[in-house]
Amino acid sequence: MIPGRGLALGMTMTVVAIVVVVPLTALVLSLNGITPAAFVATAFSPEALAAYRLSFGAAIVASVIDVIAGAAIAVVLVRYPGGAMRVLDTLVDVPFALPPAVTGITLATLYGPHGWVGAWLAERGIAIAYTPAGIVLALAFVGLPFVVRTVQPVIATLPAEFALAAASLGAGPLTILRRITWPLVAPAFLTGFALALARTLGEYGSVIFIAGNMPGKTEIVPLIIITRLEQYDFSGAAAVALVSLAVSFLMLFAINVLQRRMLEARSTA
Amino acid sequence: MTALDVRDATGLPPRTTAARRGRRAADRLAIGGVALLLGFFILLPLVSIGFEALRAGWPPVVATFSDPNARAAIGLTVLATAVTVVANGAFGVLAGWTLTKYRFPGKSLLLAIIDLPLMISPVVAGLALLLCFGTRSPLGGWFTAHGIQIAFTPIGIILATVFVTFPYAARETIAFMGEHERDLEEDALGLGATLWQTFARVTFPRARWAILNGLLLCNARALGEFGAVSVISGHIQGLTDTVPLQIDFLYNEDNLVGAFTLAGALALVVIALTFVRSIFDARRQPD
Repeated sequence: MIPGRGLALGMTMTVVAIVVVVPLTALVLSLNGITPAAFVATAFSPEALAAYRLSFGAAIVASVIDVIAGAAIAVVLVRYPGGAMRVLDTLVDVPFALPPAVTGITLATLYGPHGWVGAWLAERGIAIAYTPAGIVLALAFVGLPFVVRTVQPVIATLPAEFALAAASLGAGPLTILRRITWPLVAPAFLTGFALALARTLGEYGSVIFIAGNMPGKTEIVPLIIITRLEQYDFSGAAAVALVSLAVSFLMLFAINVLQRRMLEARSTA
Repeated sequence: MTALDVRDATGLPPRTTAARRGRRAADRLAIGGVALLLGFFILLPLVSIGFEALRAGWPPVVATFSDPNARAAIGLTVLATAVTVVANGAFGVLAGWTLTKYRFPGKSLLLAIIDLPLMISPVVAGLALLLCFGTRSPLGGWFTAHGIQIAFTPIGIILATVFVTFPYAARETIAFMGEHERDLEEDALGLGATLWQTFARVTFPRARWAILNGLLLCNARALGEFGAVSVISGHIQGLTDTVPLQIDFLYNEDNLVGAFTLAGALALVVIALTFVRSIFDARRQPD
């Protein structure tokens, strides 16, 4: 038994209450004066619905892209360690470290109509900046490190015994991949997906410059909140914020449940 | 357990010369593919920052840094980051100690609440702080009556930065201290050390690399915080604009060289922090 529990717990809970709980409570309480009908009207206006679809859809697509690209990157980084590969390994961390506004203006300029990549694409009739594709691109950039850094250690420590045993019993490579390797790495993929999704669902700075911000077309949820704030529509901003918070939590909770099922299925198999 | 050689899905060595030769070609293809992907997707944007900043040579870069508003923004970012790192670092040590040395009901709930800011959009965080401390709210009204304004002042910017980076240091210390048994602390206490001595001589020295790692992580994110700060700042040039907000302002004014100059400086600092962190990460292992 270590003494000081009451004091330590009291101090920790006080700080958590002041920094996190009080502001979030204020967010919920700000809806106090608004009727349910008015809440629905403002939280689910056509413009808000289009923004939810765009923000959540783009975050899901970007996270799926990150899982696919991140898996390939993680396998290669584990398989060929050291040497020049360390440079590639460090590059993976860059999107995590780079400030959102820096990422935002850089991607918007690079993929914009006058940028190195954007100009080349524009000649071929393809536009990325100021379209939903640009939003997905920025989100995929931001989410990539989360997948690689989650999957990498799991692949690096995969036990060989099961694969060897299966091979000695006559299983081919595809059977081993499907029946042995995949069940071992799948939960890590799901965690990586969830982390990338958590980060990209509410992303603002890295997206806003490349998004285009056309209401109903390329307007993301955080921008709706800011626009309503600028019009002093505080309850409207809070309503949209709470709906987007609720959807994010539900999505992440669903992934968590799915993951627990996966782990249970593996331990009983 | 021996680690699986991930050369293919089976982890088994190739049996024939032809298979070995085929694998070498596949190796080259895989490395080349990933190098191309990371080079195009991540390195190219990094290089383009430097190119855009130096598009017109060095004079505009110098001019950007001598602009009083840019200097004020740098000052505010340094202040907000310093306060945030000290505050969240202290909380990280406290939370690490509390959550790993004691047993109490509701521990996982407390952990989940500490992690909440990671799951909340920065803009929503800024909105929550504005609704909480704005002059129209009861709490904000109370502060205003006592001569303290929080929204649209550097205090609001510091609060927003603290909120957004709140979990980083705590997560590192909780994870690290949780890996170790409590035996050493209990032995120290049993031998007559005070609680403070136990913490200062037993717990802290072992956890210092984890704490430093958390501080560097917190530092990098605090420097670049944009969404939450953008809501609560009010964008008063020279007073409540941080470096990322100044980048936003310059970019929208079509001053691309200025925006990319500040962006490049910020990028250099956070990338340097990432490097330092990878060195500390290596130092942390032998413990």
